[in-house]
Amino acid sequence: MIGIRSYGAYIPRYRLNRKKIFENMGWLNSATAAHSRGEKAVANFDEDPVTMAVAAGMNCNNGFERTEPDGVYFASTTLPYKERQNAGIIATALGMRENVRSADFTGALKSGTTAMLSALEAVGSGEMKNMLVCASDCRLGKMGSPQEMIFGDGAAAFLISDHDVIAEYKGSYSITSDFVDHFRGSFEKFDRQWEDRWIRDIGYEDLIPKTVEGLLKKNALKIDDFAKVIYACHYTGERKKLNKNLGVDPEKVQDIMLGEIGDMGAAQPMVMLAGALEDAKPGDKILVVSFGSGCDAIYFEITDKINDLKKRKGVIWHLANKAELDTYAKYLVWRNIIPFETGLRGEEDSPTRWSMIWRYNKAIYGFCGSKCKKCGTPQFPPQRICVNPECGARDEMEEYYFSDKTAKIASYTGDNLVASINPPQIYGNILFEGGGKTMMDFTDCDLESLKVGMSVAPAFRIKYYDERRGIVRYFWKAVPVKEVE
Amino acid sequence: MAKGIKDKVAVLGMGCSRFGERWDMESEDLMIEAFTECIADAGIEKKQLEACWLGSYFIEINIGKAGIPAAVALKLPFLPVTRVENKCASGSEAFRGACYAVASGACDFALAIGAEKLKDAGYGGLPAIAVDGQMEVMLHADWTAPGAFAQLASAYQAKYGMSMEQLKEAMAYVSWKSHQNGVMNPRAHLRRDVTKEQIIKSPMIAYPLGLFDCCGVSDGAAAAIVTTPEIARSLKKDEEIVYVKSLQIACSSGEEAMYTDWDGTSVMSTTLAAQRAYDEAGIKNPREEISMMEVHDCFSITELVTMEDLQISQRGKAPEDILNGFYDLKGGGVPCQTDGGLKCFGHPIGASGLRMIYEMYSQLLQRWPEERSVKDPRLALTHNLGGIPNRNVVSLVILGK
Repeated sequence: MIGIRSYGAYIPRYRLNRKKIFENMGWLNSATAAHSRGEKAVANFDEDPVTMAVAAGMNCNNGFERTEPDGVYFASTTLPYKERQNAGIIATALGMRENVRSADFTGALKSGTTAMLSALEAVGSGEMKNMLVCASDCRLGKMGSPQEMIFGDGAAAFLISDHDVIAEYKGSYSITSDFVDHFRGSFEKFDRQWEDRWIRDIGYEDLIPKTVEGLLKKNALKIDDFAKVIYACHYTGERKKLNKNLGVDPEKVQDIMLGEIGDMGAAQPMVMLAGALEDAKPGDKILVVSFGSGCDAIYFEITDKINDLKKRKGVIWHLANKAELDTYAKYLVWRNIIPFETGLRGEEDSPTRWSMIWRYNKAIYGFCGSKCKKCGTPQFPPQRICVNPECGARDEMEEYYFSDKTAKIASYTGDNLVASINPPQIYGNILFEGGGKTMMDFTDCDLESLKVGMSVAPAFRIKYYDERRGIVRYFWKAVPVKEVE
Repeated sequence: MAKGIKDKVAVLGMGCSRFGERWDMESEDLMIEAFTECIADAGIEKKQLEACWLGSYFIEINIGKAGIPAAVALKLPFLPVTRVENKCASGSEAFRGACYAVASGACDFALAIGAEKLKDAGYGGLPAIAVDGQMEVMLHADWTAPGAFAQLASAYQAKYGMSMEQLKEAMAYVSWKSHQNGVMNPRAHLRRDVTKEQIIKSPMIAYPLGLFDCCGVSDGAAAAIVTTPEIARSLKKDEEIVYVKSLQIACSSGEEAMYTDWDGTSVMSTTLAAQRAYDEAGIKNPREEISMMEVHDCFSITELVTMEDLQISQRGKAPEDILNGFYDLKGGGVPCQTDGGLKCFGHPIGASGLRMIYEMYSQLLQRWPEERSVKDPRLALTHNLGGIPNRNVVSLVILGK
């Protein structure tokens, strides 16, 4: 049996109230008032689709060995790198094996479901036993555009497997169409789109029903057979129309979370699927349909195993774990939409040296240190001579991942001198449960909420943007551990 | 077995430039300023010098590498000039080089000079250059000096169960006391009489350190000429001679940064270097025997924990001693930062260690007006700290008559 064995979601902590956008930009385009309800999830200043995919991947891996997947497929239309495989960064960050297959799926909002289908087929072929699929997007609309209102950031990850599946893969149907509702040239930063009426009437209304009908026919099913129907369409009126045309009970349609997160692009149907799995029951049939340059429809049936899956950070957890982004200007600066000044200190250059990064690849991207085989002391960065003064063994180290260990704050500060686009720069010394200590940046927190002794957990984040060379440099930061119901 | 350096080297002369925003001066000019005073004080001629050590740090925006800049600036006649650098302890490192040269018998007269020009960075604080190498930038927090030292305060406050307000009161007293001394010093950079309230309310730099918890950033130079005790006695009266009693340096082994035993409320290198220095100088009870100190008060909290690391205050008791005026110039305890410290002089890296020694040397020789003099000093200590609390180099110098 092949299908989904585990899942995880990730929604960034910050939410921007759309009214704030309208207050600032409504003068330019008063029609955006129609989109100004609710809030959108906004990636922190140190997040991008890769870091969000890693976060979702870690939530998905919870309870599983990091070395289990035989590959990772990453879907996004906002990849930080055009050349340099983004999935490869994710594989290192998640501490996967070297002998894994990896690929980026991009160019269409349906690429999330396409990546998932490719993983299902890889497992189905018998070549692979476990494949990790991550989907993540962080799309930008121009200031004053409807897209700026509608888009939100989010990610989801799934472990596709040939055993212990919680949702069995039962079938699929795909349509490819060069229907250009949205587009972005190679060097464009912002999304562009054609007229809404055309997108709705010709795009969604034609392609989604056609795809669903194709799947139903291929599998001899009726729409009523599904306990949950997931499709990505941010037009509220159009969704009502589609429900009617498809003959689906609106109660069975998975919430699109437009008012809480926004349209997450390639991650949209994937995050919705993760949400659906959170309250699915054995026997439930789930239909997922993506939209963008065509459609993929995928059909799953929930198995008994879903009851055995360890509780994880999914959509519900992330919807509750939120903080308001206090200003619209911060959003513009974080996404590098408008010029800003961080002073002469911020102009100091830190050139990226790839051969150095390569030597410390696992330490930087995987947060992998070393553990002394003689005395058992974990240490970061990895050492050759044991740091324990009583031990001092040389070259007796084994790899030791700190990425999945929690730590306690030993000391901290909020530094206003550091050139940062999210001052103060918060950092401190942390002591890991099980040993090891280091001084690292903190993120997703406020200085006022910190205390010595508080628990933190590592998160993969952007460390530095090498502007002159267009290089995003990543490392890990500490995030206070929160219990969110 | 080696017995250390006690009484094997004498300080023959010293010089110190005015510290401050010396916009019209190059490092070379500052070196000339310090050297001119130094060689006049020593009473020898330039041609008698046999070796020189130069301390400097941010050479990227300054004099560049090697010892050549000092040789050229001072027109040292093809002397062996060695540039040394050990972070913020570079000035002390230059002094150590010169002392060891004399103690070893390699030469009779050696010059130590330190100079730094920070004000060409174009912004406040120390220049944001990858001083610990590229991997440090990649693998640790994006820290600055105030942020790294500020953590001493959050850890200290938590360990001793104080409120941050209580700790900030003691920290403010540290800065206030230094300003009281700096006001009187014509060579100091910051000579404003500030109130404790102003200090506490100053803008936050790195929590909980406000602007007045931080030392200044300035330009300056200082120099020393050292010789053998025999030669010193042939050139000067006995009461005009200051001897080196101890020279110790300790570098972090990585233990504090990566191993769990250190709790972040002290500086291990200071603790270890101090013990070695006391042993070398034969000091049994530092609180009683040390007459005065110039310590590395890059931040108020650094001075506070240093009082404990140097065994002058007991662990957890520095705030009490500070607030009781034990470290005041005329407080009857161990006066600390008699010249105003880094707080008022600023911290031109390569010069600071030598500036501290200059102050202690001048105090031992009772050269200052009564109002800023320590009465009957016997043993003086300087403490020069480079790096940050979890990864550093500490230099201790003890001088005496």
